Amino acid sequence: MKELLGVKGIHKYFPGVHALDDIAFSVGTGEVHALVGENGAGKSTLIKILSGIHRPDAGEIRLDGNRVEWKSPKNALEAGIAVIHQELSLAPHLTVAENIFLGREPRKGPFLDRPTMYKEAQHILDRVHASFDAGRETGTLTTGEQQLAEIAKALSLNVRILAMDEPTSSLSSQETETLFSLIGELREQGVGIIYISHRLEEVFRIADTVSVLRDGTYAGGGPITDFSEEDIVRLMVGRSVENLFPREAPQPGGVALEVDGLSRQGVLEDISFKVLEGEILGFSGLVGSGRSNVARCLFGLEPFQKGHIRIMGENASIERPADALDLGLFLVPEDRKLQGLFLNRSVESNATVLQLVRHLLGRFLVNRKRQRNEAERLTSELNVRFASLDQQVNNLSGGNQQKVAIAKGLSVTPKILILDEPTRGIDVGAKAEIHHLMNRLTREGMAIIMISSELPEILGMSDRIVVMRQGRMTATFSSAEATSEKIMLAAAGGGNNARL
Amino acid sequence: MPAFNWRKHGNIVVLAALLAFLAFSNSDVLQPSNIANVIGQAAVMGTCAVGMTFVILTGGIDLSVGSVVALSGALGAWLNVNAGLPWHAAWVLAILAGGMCGLVSGILVQWGRVPPFMATLAMMAAARGLTLLLTQGNPVSGTSPAFNYAGWAAFLGFPVSGFILIACAVAAWFTLRFTAFGTGVYAVGDNLEAAHFAGIHTGAVTITVYAISGITAGLAGLLMVGRLWSAQPSIGTGLELDVIASVVLGGTSLFGGVGSIRGTMTGILIMGFLDNGLRLLEISSYLQQVIKGAVFVGAVVLDMYFKGAYRKGKSRDAL
Repeated sequence: MKELLGVKGIHKYFPGVHALDDIAFSVGTGEVHALVGENGAGKSTLIKILSGIHRPDAGEIRLDGNRVEWKSPKNALEAGIAVIHQELSLAPHLTVAENIFLGREPRKGPFLDRPTMYKEAQHILDRVHASFDAGRETGTLTTGEQQLAEIAKALSLNVRILAMDEPTSSLSSQETETLFSLIGELREQGVGIIYISHRLEEVFRIADTVSVLRDGTYAGGGPITDFSEEDIVRLMVGRSVENLFPREAPQPGGVALEVDGLSRQGVLEDISFKVLEGEILGFSGLVGSGRSNVARCLFGLEPFQKGHIRIMGENASIERPADALDLGLFLVPEDRKLQGLFLNRSVESNATVLQLVRHLLGRFLVNRKRQRNEAERLTSELNVRFASLDQQVNNLSGGNQQKVAIAKGLSVTPKILILDEPTRGIDVGAKAEIHHLMNRLTREGMAIIMISSELPEILGMSDRIVVMRQGRMTATFSSAEATSEKIMLAAAGGGNNARL
Repeated sequence: MPAFNWRKHGNIVVLAALLAFLAFSNSDVLQPSNIANVIGQAAVMGTCAVGMTFVILTGGIDLSVGSVVALSGALGAWLNVNAGLPWHAAWVLAILAGGMCGLVSGILVQWGRVPPFMATLAMMAAARGLTLLLTQGNPVSGTSPAFNYAGWAAFLGFPVSGFILIACAVAAWFTLRFTAFGTGVYAVGDNLEAAHFAGIHTGAVTITVYAISGITAGLAGLLMVGRLWSAQPSIGTGLELDVIASVVLGGTSLFGGVGSIRGTMTGILIMGFLDNGLRLLEISSYLQQVIKGAVFVGAVVLDMYFKGAYRKGKSRDAL
């Protein structure tokens, strides 16, 4: 395997942070090199240096053994280094072909040569086994399809090194399979692939080599066959994580929330369940099965036509989030950046915003000192790591952002907490902390509803599991009887229309 | 040691540079009498800017302030002169009329789903039309000295209108910093969806900020009448540009969620001294317009630049 791209002795400083500390890394022809590490470990910074977005403060970059210096991302792109970022960057109203050739459209004289453009785009799309054609409007594609379009765009540039940042985080399992077989083909063709992922099972499936970063330093690495999952987790967090899902034996109390016959035209049908105090009720099902809609109805974000909600035995009428909060119910939404946080605002204002708007920090005027104390208490209880309470949450890692989003809810001491994808896209360490927190909260008598797409999390943390499919509940399991096979079956088809 | 935050404090550097330049070019600029003059002249525009800050913080815009200034001034003067109301009653009613204009804009934005730009553009036309209807296009003069007092008089050598501007600014600063509503204003501008999730009545916040802008414009209209000793139906044309420029120069983002009253006050002083300095330097009033336009564009370009830096994930503090 010949080295394509390598770096040595890379240092990168951001204000107040030594983001990369003496990093060496290389990828060869036909190699799939997995880059793993917790959020904030420096993976994205390294990719940005390799692709010319950032310039290193020290160290060298080699391409085909020759020292190079990227002055801009364009340099790197011309040398055949393409990056597919987590947030896809396609123009939604252009066609796929227009996106693929954006900025370098084939021309005939001064005019665009559309037939050639579409023909070539289609040719590349066929190479990635895309099921859509080059004339489709990009915005109408699914996320997985858009990712294929991004890969096609990279291939049209004669890519030699392709870096992918968390490519599967929003893909269905079908789309993930397609991606993996495509990665296999690209490897056959000699493309070097840098693969960033949190999902260790994926890394073990497709990677040849692995490098682990921790706090900006190189923690270890080598051929993937030399490592076990436990080894990698230990390198990532610098300690061993014995049990990722440490659910303690629950001590359920009275009924906290009772939902009876909840129906929403075309979305939900006859949803009925109970959650006890001190219990974690897991909601499983495919994306779009209506799991999140249940949460949104309970929190007053979506209307429903039929059904009753009882909280602590009392009939509850919830028309807007403020009503739900009055009744002691809080939802930590699925998308923390879009729905959960005020990214431009400080850790302090995010953590205390609910107390503030609910006049808990003074009836008429805000008691700034109390706000500060509350922010300190909440962030230390959740072990949020930040430089200062005045820091913008935008600058925190995903795990810490999620902790702030949860802290915000806990600030008003809800009796029922709904967590929608509580650990999506966050690192192993923060994940374990959030699971421990869930244990502690239920020990104190809180009722928790956890919606998750990750089966191990559902199986590991739930006391009971509800499975949904196409807006209906298809099964309910106790944690003892649940297995991933049973859940998948109920989520994807079949199942015994079990009732609570 | 945190790096200098240009977004937050850059406007002070601009103001200092402007003052230094003007002081160098013309020794009269920093005379106390001239400073008082600048503040008196900027008070009308500045009072509007205080209310506008609320609107822009939510990510909205209010183009109607110039017309609302004219309407409330004309109404107040008409009530005082033609209906014989005492000055305070006329003032209260005129300010309420300004607030009503804002309320209507806010309702159009919130319930009618009309983009703020369009809703307030319509209000700009409608309020101007109402002013012309009320006055039949003629100035209203003969307002009582008490009615005019706040607009032209000085107290302890400082214009009363300047005191009113400062009072408005303090009240606004206090509201934004120490009340739940203030938090709601920032929250709505920063992330409307997250604000809704947090149980904030986002609709009420949106409508209220336009009403506040209407109220401050109404107050500004009365100061304007006092300044001129008459209500001019065509007054305030183009005022919205200066007002928005002050707010944006003060570091409040047109995208909402970021900004402060302190910044707006700095922006008002920049605009005020720019106006005053250009006049003292005897630059033609036509060219003054061009320069102001350029300053406005410059402020917006900077806002876009900071926004872009934010999107690339850099800390603003790192800039």
